[in-house]
Amino acid sequence: MNKNIFSDPLITNNPITKQILGICSALAVTVKLETAFVMSLSVIFVLTLSNFIISILREMIPSKVRIIVQLTVIASLVIFVDEVLKAQMYDISKQLSVFVGLIITNCIIMGRAEAFAMQNSPIQAIKDGLGNAFGYSAILVLVAFFREVIGSGKVYGITVVPDQIYALGYADNGLMLLAPGAFFVLGLLAWFQNTITGSVEE
Amino acid sequence: MKENLKTYQFVLTLAVVCAFLLSLTNSNLKEKQLYNIEVDRQKNVLKCAGFDVATLSSEEIVEYYNLSIVEKVLSLNGDELDIKINDLNVLENKVTGQLNYYYENDEYLPLYVYESGGMIQNYILPISGKGLWSTLFGFVSLSDDFKLVKGITFFQHAETPGLGGEVDNPNFQKQFIDKKIFDENNDLVSVKVVKPGMAKGDYQVDGLSGATITSNGLSNFLKEDLNRYKNFFKI
Repeated sequence: MNKNIFSDPLITNNPITKQILGICSALAVTVKLETAFVMSLSVIFVLTLSNFIISILREMIPSKVRIIVQLTVIASLVIFVDEVLKAQMYDISKQLSVFVGLIITNCIIMGRAEAFAMQNSPIQAIKDGLGNAFGYSAILVLVAFFREVIGSGKVYGITVVPDQIYALGYADNGLMLLAPGAFFVLGLLAWFQNTITGSVEE
Repeated sequence: MKENLKTYQFVLTLAVVCAFLLSLTNSNLKEKQLYNIEVDRQKNVLKCAGFDVATLSSEEIVEYYNLSIVEKVLSLNGDELDIKINDLNVLENKVTGQLNYYYENDEYLPLYVYESGGMIQNYILPISGKGLWSTLFGFVSLSDDFKLVKGITFFQHAETPGLGGEVDNPNFQKQFIDKKIFDENNDLVSVKVVKPGMAKGDYQVDGLSGATITSNGLSNFLKEDLNRYKNFFKI
């Protein structure tokens, strides 16, 4: 099991499509690739560092208050990210609005801290954090790609659907810009994943 | 008992360290964040004046703003005063969502004047009010004789995306252009948002389907906010 700390959560045990965690943000910030990328970077930063810090502290953390300690570390990292975004990428931070702050409540992050970082060495915790964060990001970017192409005919803000096709009567599917659009894409991705890796319901 | 003490020690240390690091971050970034908020305000005024702001950098926005926008502060009687807009204290009325501007306990009104080639092009007024879920904030721009609407924009709201959120839709906003706000007797009638497909005449625009409350809210607060400037509109 130890060999695949990094690669497992990328595909076979993906936190979103396999464990169905972090759905809320996967719905909210995937209307456009740009916001999905920034959200992904934020989660990669927070998850990796929170796993690392909690793993370093794991011998010292009193078990009675461990959840509160984990939350304090995660919340501090998230507020840090939020502050940096507001200073450096104000427009995107406005679009992401509360969802950066809500990284605190992303079950993937608390879940990895409690289930992995509390029992493993810092190096392994970093690997696990990176793996899960990239697994999360991959799905986020995929969902955002489909929603942006189908919903607004663009990829990363650049129009890709040629005018001729619009002239023939093609119209962007506005449903993809709403939450149900994200559910459809996510559901299809989870289905696709389970067909390939095999579903293990226990 | 000893174990409890250790717990307290650990938690306290952690809290102090985290709080210290975060306040350090905040004090270092504060200036840049305030600058961003200011640029964002200027950007929205420019957008309402008809600039294509999406492609402009922060520096260009500040440059264009300083070149073409003159900020004014009016008394409720419509007199121009020597106060800066940024010195006004802004308070939101929690019931109506209207913004009230105070300076030393007296109420004032901010006004942006878009000038180009030494001529006044548009007057730009902030508007705000309740929709269904949230307060909508935006700007409306009027022609130099105050009679016609020249543009309307929203920069902040939390209405349902796809329904009330469509106030951001350029096709919806376009309808306001060249609508009249005064009737033949020079009474302020404002522009009314009516049911989709029912708009006729110079004083109505089509509302958003599935967003009656947002549409009605917009009609109301647009009129309320325009009404405050009545003394300034020399009609």
